[in-house]
Amino acid sequence: MTDTSTAVPAATRQSIDTAAAHLKRRYRAERRFKAVGLGAILLAMGFLVLLLWTIISNGASAFMQTYIRVDVTFDAAAIDGDDLPGLVKSSIQQRFPAVESRSEKRELAGLLSSGADLDIRRALAADPSVKGTTQPLWMVASDDVDMAMKGYVSRQPGLAGNRLTDRQIAWLAELEAAGAVKKRFNTILLSSGDSREPELAGLWGAVVGSVFSLAITLLVSFPLGVATAVYLEEFAPKNRWTALIEVNINNLAAVPSVVFGLLGLAIFLNFLGMPRSAPLVGGLVLALICLPTIIIAGRAALKAVPPSIREAALGLGASKQQVVTDHVLPLAMPGIMTGTILGMAHALGETAPLLMIGMVAFIVDIPATPLDPSAVLPVQVYLWADSPERAFVERTSAAILVLLVFLGAMNLAAIMLRKKFERRW
Amino acid sequence: MTHLPSRLAKVSARDVNVHYGEKHALKHVDLDIRANEVTALIGPSGCGKSTFLRCINRMNDQIENAHVSGALTLDGQDIYDKGIDVVQLRARVGMVFQKPNPFPKSIFDNVAYGPRIHGLARDQAELDEIVMTSLEKAGLLTEVRDRLDEPGTGLSGGQQQRLCIARAIAVSPELILMDEPCSALDPIATAKVEELIDELRENYTIVIVTHSMQQAARVSQRTAFFHLGELVEVADTEQIFTNPQHPLTQGYITGRFG
Amino acid sequence: MTEHTVKSFDDELTHLSNTISRMGGLAEAQLAGALQALANRDSDLAVRIAASDAQVDVLEQDVQHFTVRLLALRQPVAADLRHIVAALKIASELERIADYAANVAKRSLVLNQQPAVKPVGAVINLGRLVQTILKDIMDAYVEQDVAKAIGVWNRDEEVDDLYTGLFRELITYMMEDPRTITACTHLMFMAKNIERIGDHATNIAETLHFLVVGTPLKGARPKGPSVEAQ
Repeated sequence: MTDTSTAVPAATRQSIDTAAAHLKRRYRAERRFKAVGLGAILLAMGFLVLLLWTIISNGASAFMQTYIRVDVTFDAAAIDGDDLPGLVKSSIQQRFPAVESRSEKRELAGLLSSGADLDIRRALAADPSVKGTTQPLWMVASDDVDMAMKGYVSRQPGLAGNRLTDRQIAWLAELEAAGAVKKRFNTILLSSGDSREPELAGLWGAVVGSVFSLAITLLVSFPLGVATAVYLEEFAPKNRWTALIEVNINNLAAVPSVVFGLLGLAIFLNFLGMPRSAPLVGGLVLALICLPTIIIAGRAALKAVPPSIREAALGLGASKQQVVTDHVLPLAMPGIMTGTILGMAHALGETAPLLMIGMVAFIVDIPATPLDPSAVLPVQVYLWADSPERAFVERTSAAILVLLVFLGAMNLAAIMLRKKFERRW
Repeated sequence: MTHLPSRLAKVSARDVNVHYGEKHALKHVDLDIRANEVTALIGPSGCGKSTFLRCINRMNDQIENAHVSGALTLDGQDIYDKGIDVVQLRARVGMVFQKPNPFPKSIFDNVAYGPRIHGLARDQAELDEIVMTSLEKAGLLTEVRDRLDEPGTGLSGGQQQRLCIARAIAVSPELILMDEPCSALDPIATAKVEELIDELRENYTIVIVTHSMQQAARVSQRTAFFHLGELVEVADTEQIFTNPQHPLTQGYITGRFG
Repeated sequence: MTEHTVKSFDDELTHLSNTISRMGGLAEAQLAGALQALANRDSDLAVRIAASDAQVDVLEQDVQHFTVRLLALRQPVAADLRHIVAALKIASELERIADYAANVAKRSLVLNQQPAVKPVGAVINLGRLVQTILKDIMDAYVEQDVAKAIGVWNRDEEVDDLYTGLFRELITYMMEDPRTITACTHLMFMAKNIERIGDHATNIAETLHFLVVGTPLKGARPKGPSVEAQ
């Protein structure tokens, strides 16, 4: 044979050609498959970006609040008589001495928030010597002014449906021209409790309520869940009863959370007589919701511990309990913690069951203990979203942002804990 | 089959049967394991050799539906007696597994684990002593002396397996069971482990399950051939590999299995 | 015995047996030719026999290489191991046998220069006996027949007896007629060579026993009264 190509029989060559064609089809199918996967990810990311962008663009402005500078005469009589709201009104009237009529005065006072007296109180607390003097003071503007300054409502005089009267628009313009209007970082939003007035409403009460609730949830569900998982996976005999329990736990994970709320209402509030709206009860109900997730994740993590490690320990004469506590549990911990954090994140966003146990109440005070009535973040979002004031629209988005940041912080903590546990080996 | 007088035997099995539920995994096994010898158990997969091995330290207890009958004695004491504490039994009978399975802990803690749970050391100095001696005996000390606090899982496969042997001998067992200890190792590491087995024979009685007939030939003094749950033949290793008496043994070791 | 799972190993073992059988055949033919050359005073044949010893040597080399290869690559145990070790031993026995046969042929050349002497017939008889023994042992090898091998082993006594008788006859002959001393001395060496062939055949019988049974052939080998001891 002189030419190697003639050495290949025709039949073989044909099958090689068929195989080559087939190979091309296969590569095409592979590329298609990859493209579909990539497309799915891009679509999902697109939605996520859209969602985040909507929330951020709506909510970002809530972190700024409009303040108006007015010269305040810290009149000793008014202060001692505890008539700070009156002081606010007289101060703004001094700024516009031309205003005479009662209704005009009311409109003028409406430029400032009904909580503007708090600014005077704060100024007094910071420096008691101002008493009796006249000082320029930045005071919180009303939500309508705030909205107007942020451009959400019209500042065009004479339009029907304006929230601000034409006079108010004119005063505002005058104040602005005098440099007496400016936007500052909205500390109220992050540091105070809820309020009917948007410019005075804050999230801190909800944040503290959520922290209390989650702390209770963690304290209750983690030990319970881990103990259950360990017992079921390591010690329980495999019989009809454990099978039944297993099925029920899996089912519990799929039960709508509002049912857990009803359960909480019936048992914790009605039967055990626990306080309504308290983070303690909220935490307990959320713990019930978390439990199946933690148990299922915990069992999976325990199951994933290689049997060789168990055998090694048993072969050395370790007891069953020593095998679990010395080897299996430490190895399963990262997995269990991931499951726990997932469950907790789920609980953090839960609203419906908390509505059932009365956590939807309007609560202004910041809770000092888990027994005090309190709001939680998702319920706060729900409450604000339901409020008619225009200013609550941006505050709802801001609350969602805070919730997301909270969630992100939890996940970050989870990842860091995991890393720490895993890095040991 | 010839029986040795029981007094020579470290482990003595008489009519041992193991059932896994319906499956009769080990059938009427009579086998004596002599002290300070290496006994190799060979046979095709599923022949019951590992089952027999795991009867000796009652690792079969872990398996549900497993039922052991017959007399199995260690130094004349019935292993399956009600009065025998499994934990104590396993302190007397060490085990080394197929895949090196060091704990995900430091090299030191791996070896120290056994002495710790059995309370063999009164203070840290004694524990150090036990760990060092065990590593020395396992021929690993020179290789790991400077990194006792590093994870045992970071060692090479052969070193890991020798660490497992060190871990087993740290509780001063009388008998060491090895379940295919070299099947995951390269030839050099295998040779080191085999050399170690040969050295350990002086102080311990060793039973080794192996799929490598060359390994059985190299390390053992006695070889037992199992087939379909039955002990077909047990004899001096030399005899088994030059002139086996049973045709099944002959067929298996020469590679003529149907 | 059933076949190996690895078929090529079977082929190799068969090849080894066949080579041994061929060597056996060659050795038998060498002995037969040497005896024929002696009986017929056929110098041409004797020259050819002496020359073809090289063939057996080549085969023995082959067997040696092949067994080393099998030991290294197959790591045989038990019956396979005995098979290979036995082949190595038998090959070297057969090589010696062929050497002795060639030696007989060479001496017959010298003998042809001398006038014929009477005891040649007795040497040929001894040769015929050893020939049958050699044939039997090679048959026993091919058939792996231990009983036959033990038979061969026992017949060595016969050879020894015959050789002792021949030895005495030759001495008597030389004393009677000193002119035949040269021829008779050669005949004596030929007889010794043939007797040695018988011994090697006995060795093969022992090896065959070890190959088949796995244990050495027990008991002292039957020996006729040693001539050298007298």
